[in-house]
Amino acid sequence: MTIASEQSSPAFRGKIAMWWLIASEVMVFGGALGSYILARTSGQGWSEEAAHLSTPLATINTFVLLTSSMTMAMAFSAYQHADQRGVKKFLLLTILFGLVFLGIKGSEYASHIMQGTAPWSGSFWAFYYLLTGLHALHVMAGVIVNFILYLSARRGLSTGYRIEIAGLYWHFVDIVWIFLFPLLYLSY
Amino acid sequence: MTHPPSITPTPVSIVHPAHEARGFWRTYVFTIDHKTIAKQYLFLGICMASVGSYLAYVMRWQLAFPDESIPGFGFVGPETYNALITNHGTIMVFFVAMPILLGAFGNFLIPLMIGARDMAFPRLNMLSFWILAVAALVILTSFFVPAGGASAGWTGYAPLSARAEYTGVHWGINLWLLAHALEFVSFLVGGVNFLTTVITMRAPGMTFFRLPLVIWQLLTASIIFLLSVGPLIAAAVMLLMDRILNTSFFVPEGGGDPLLWEHLFWFFGHPEVYVVLLPGLGAVMEVLAVFSRKPIFGYRWIIYSTIAIGFLSFIVWAHHMFVNGINPRLVMPFSITTILISVPMSLIIFSMILTLWKGSIRLATPMLWALGFMVMFILGGLTGIVLGSAPANIQLHGTYFVVAHFHTVLLSVVIFGGFTGLYFWFPKMFGRMMNESLGKLHFLLTLIFFNLTFFPMHAVGLAGMPRRIANPLQYESLTAVQPLNVYITMSAVGLIVAQLPFLINFFWSIAAGRKAESNPWQAATLEWSAPSPPPHDNWGDTIPTVYRGPYEYSLPDVREDYIPQDRVHPSRSTWKAE
Repeated sequence: MTIASEQSSPAFRGKIAMWWLIASEVMVFGGALGSYILARTSGQGWSEEAAHLSTPLATINTFVLLTSSMTMAMAFSAYQHADQRGVKKFLLLTILFGLVFLGIKGSEYASHIMQGTAPWSGSFWAFYYLLTGLHALHVMAGVIVNFILYLSARRGLSTGYRIEIAGLYWHFVDIVWIFLFPLLYLSY
Repeated sequence: MTHPPSITPTPVSIVHPAHEARGFWRTYVFTIDHKTIAKQYLFLGICMASVGSYLAYVMRWQLAFPDESIPGFGFVGPETYNALITNHGTIMVFFVAMPILLGAFGNFLIPLMIGARDMAFPRLNMLSFWILAVAALVILTSFFVPAGGASAGWTGYAPLSARAEYTGVHWGINLWLLAHALEFVSFLVGGVNFLTTVITMRAPGMTFFRLPLVIWQLLTASIIFLLSVGPLIAAAVMLLMDRILNTSFFVPEGGGDPLLWEHLFWFFGHPEVYVVLLPGLGAVMEVLAVFSRKPIFGYRWIIYSTIAIGFLSFIVWAHHMFVNGINPRLVMPFSITTILISVPMSLIIFSMILTLWKGSIRLATPMLWALGFMVMFILGGLTGIVLGSAPANIQLHGTYFVVAHFHTVLLSVVIFGGFTGLYFWFPKMFGRMMNESLGKLHFLLTLIFFNLTFFPMHAVGLAGMPRRIANPLQYESLTAVQPLNVYITMSAVGLIVAQLPFLINFFWSIAAGRKAESNPWQAATLEWSAPSPPPHDNWGDTIPTVYRGPYEYSLPDVREDYIPQDRVHPSRSTWKAE
């Protein structure tokens, strides 16, 4: 296979770059999650702390985030059918679900802090805030990216191939949550 | 993926000519031209190298004449000394070695050697550089905040680094962490750009096994960096939380584990050595082939060895921690992997030696540096085997022997490998030749003072002098080696002064050197087919087509003794453009 610089499309380059970015992000979360698992298996009293988390809220959040991945895929599908209205609608829905996720997460943080469990209240809480905080930052970045895509979709679909690339990132952020959910909320 | 027929993405060939020179700022400062960005990395690296060398001079002077006022600095107390060693290490590794070897060489060579007009993401490339420039500013300003610069060692071991009251330095270490964060982002983005460029932008006919070795090595270095830096990013966030939010990830009294930091740091820290090594090694390979007029010996095996080194570099990190309280059962496996990595490394070294075998060697300045690299790197590598085996390591850990090993091996890469590349590609970068006599003088002085500086350090270390002490005279047992310390300091000053011929040569040649032709060294790789210096889009209207591998030298049936990669040759054309 020969790929000349004149031949390779921005879509192809973007996808290659995104996969490498995701590879390095896997290592960021891998480092943090690995540290958490190692610390937890060698320490005691973590389960009692973990029991303070709200499993129902996190379950709702899991559904919200999974649904947002679906709408992201539907936005790309709409782009493939050159359906500008569909692209705008599904991108907006994805952004909305991302914001709902962040809202629920924020209310969780607020109630934890009201109950006096802050990052400095012990090892479990330090890791809890680290992992969910890092993840929430990634959700925020995804929401911003999706919003930029929404704005450009209003002008037309000429750079719509970026939806697929942003989608890769968004699904990755989703998958990180799939790891965080059982490791933090379901393990007490 | 499939695109709807009505909306095809804009072809790149239409986008590219847009970045012509547009005024001073767009041409020299906020440029998206990979060649200018490479020069920016180079100048940043040289500036930071002078800062790092100045810190080294102050440290060495303090060790030779403890607690006396240092010419050009003043009095150094233990706290200042800690800040000096920390920032010397950080600056030299992250702001000199990486910008020059990865930033400058990578940006300059990748598009030119694979036959592309620019990087895959030119604007992102500009962003990478400017993030790094901000990071460099942050680390320089960290000296001037209250309580001074970071002082927890360049490894930032916890718990010392995890609480401000342990070092007395609050903002210094926070800024140091911030500078790291920015540096990592810069090279992460840069690495993604490098990889994407090599994967998607190669000229017609440029298959992966026709890439010059330096490209393979830059590629491997980028992958190693991308995959190893993640855990340290997580660790840096954790350390910052420990410092600002008072969490206890790494503080034992709060239930944390200081060893965790060391694991996460060295999981990056060891591969980082190879990130710096591989581009330097690659530059030496190119020069060896050109100046021995021979194909590289074992091209594919060097590639496989490079990949093997990249893989092994991920499973050796705990050899930095043999005495730090890790499970003793881990010591043997990590000792084995550490020594195992010398197998692919030796394979590469032997390939280099066999490339020289019966070649028509031309002893131009770049070749001298390449030969110097080989000798010094083998010497430094030998002490690596000593330190890799656990029994010797436990004896020597934390002594000056480690400093000696580290500097011999890494400086042979940064100094000898770096100058190999710089003297070799200078004509292509600036369109002028460097002065050969000054270059040879620079090489000779550097080689002599390099050895006079770092070789006695082994002896000082074997005599039991610890690293990171501000005053060796505090220890009765070290008074015997103090004359040697004075000797090392004088040699180090000599090593710094030996760089003056280079600086003179470098700036004088940029301004008034002899004009370089497009291929002054008769090299076969693709970058020499572009004019010197290459114009904005590197080749004008056409992109070269590649017909063969990068090292076709001394062929019996050609009139000149080499064929460039992009030249059609009736009896030797193995690939035809469609």
